[in-house]
Amino acid sequence: MTHAAIRLDRLTLRHGARDVVRGLSGQFAPGSLTALIGDNGAGKTTLLRAIAGLHPIAGGTIDRGGLAPAGIALLPQVSDLDRSFPIACRDVVALGLAARLGPFRGIGSHHLHQADAALQAVGLPGFGPRPIGALSAGQFQRVLFARLMLQDAPVLLLDEPFSAVDTDTAADLLAILHGWHRAGRTIVTVLHDLDMARAHFPDTLRLAGARTQWGPGTWAPAEAA
Amino acid sequence: MHDLLVAPFALGFMRRALAGCLALSCAAPPLGVFLVLRRMSLMSDVMQHGVLPGIALGAAAAGLSVWAMGLGGILAGLAVALIAGWLARGHGAREDSQLAGVYLIALALGVALISAQRGIDLTHVLFGSVLAVDDMALFAMAGVASITLPVLALIWRPLILDSLDPGFLAAMGGKGGVWHAVFLALVVLCVVSGFVALGTLMSVGLMMLPAIAARHWSIALAGQIRASVAVAALASVAGLLVSYHTDIPAGPAIVLTAGALWLLGALGGPHASLWAAMRATARPKTR
Repeated sequence: MTHAAIRLDRLTLRHGARDVVRGLSGQFAPGSLTALIGDNGAGKTTLLRAIAGLHPIAGGTIDRGGLAPAGIALLPQVSDLDRSFPIACRDVVALGLAARLGPFRGIGSHHLHQADAALQAVGLPGFGPRPIGALSAGQFQRVLFARLMLQDAPVLLLDEPFSAVDTDTAADLLAILHGWHRAGRTIVTVLHDLDMARAHFPDTLRLAGARTQWGPGTWAPAEAA
Repeated sequence: MHDLLVAPFALGFMRRALAGCLALSCAAPPLGVFLVLRRMSLMSDVMQHGVLPGIALGAAAAGLSVWAMGLGGILAGLAVALIAGWLARGHGAREDSQLAGVYLIALALGVALISAQRGIDLTHVLFGSVLAVDDMALFAMAGVASITLPVLALIWRPLILDSLDPGFLAAMGGKGGVWHAVFLALVVLCVVSGFVALGTLMSVGLMMLPAIAARHWSIALAGQIRASVAVAALASVAGLLVSYHTDIPAGPAIVLTAGALWLLGALGGPHASLWAAMRATARPKTR
């Protein structure tokens, strides 16, 4: 995996007229696995979107270490994916390749095999030809994880990936997350479940306005006043 | 039987109309399928009314030339698409009400402009006339179909991504707006090219009704597109025959036939139909 650190320098993010993140500095080290925690409205989602380049920066900088947008994969909490769209699981997963293949290069049969293998890895063997409309919430989240596998991005940003799924699915997806961590990817995950954060995530970033804290293992600079 | 089904197509104008409508049947319904999937069915209304003032101005400038009217219609359609896109970005009001406002104004303006000129039959412009399908009109329909299909094939993947999961496309650094614009331009081309035979108000029917009917025949995108083309082709043939035998203008005849095929699908198609619902209640799914 390429080593990509995400550095934040006096970052300020605005949501409407309100500063949700103010003067945040610090970094997500290469290969780190960070739980992003904080109260509702503390700016967790906004921070993830800003790192992905989808939210305008009101002040300060985000240094992505030269990563292209395709090098940062974002899994939103509520995806805008239209689940009534007539498309098969395999094709949704294969679209994870779109960033690397571009709009025009063909998706060949070996790519579809890759998609089927990813579906197998997330615990949905044989789901390739099934339409996405027939999936449960947990199965659907597994499909999105399979798509993340094919995106093969060095940096992964996940917004509450376990909040809407059953415990079995959460356990399976957490294991996949650990696999990505072992492979050296940089992962930032928004979590509500503090026990899970403590048990599974070596690093934490707690967003709480002026009392924002970087947890153990990360470079914790003096908070810009 | 021969007199009823085959003999009418021995006439030159019927053959031209048939060839043109079949060409459009290949190109327009796939666009309609995407309009339905993108929840933009209202946009087709906006287009069909939006091209009218342009067609009228084209006729005023250069007489009853298919090219002048077509060019005017295309420019007006693109302008309306831009306005609609600008309104859709949110200016505090509900988008659908704004679109309704746009197309009502465009329709009224178009009718006013056409009525002010002599020599144009408003009914023909709105509802089409197979008799008016000359070689030029046929070339226009076939040409637009020949452009639309390869372009649609080219933008296929980004268009699906933008329709399925726009947030994902944006997160990958993709520009959904570009594909959306190309797609809308194709819609304008198809609506305008069909107006001579089907009329501005009805040419959208060949795009939308087969697309709406298609979801009763397949739950896969490719299947829906194939079904929509089949429905449109069938509606073109049957509609032209109805038009020939009954003196109903071609546009309404084809649209009504397509509507009948939709009803057929909604009642007896394999998916999301009355028949499918009855089958499901009779034999509950076991998991």
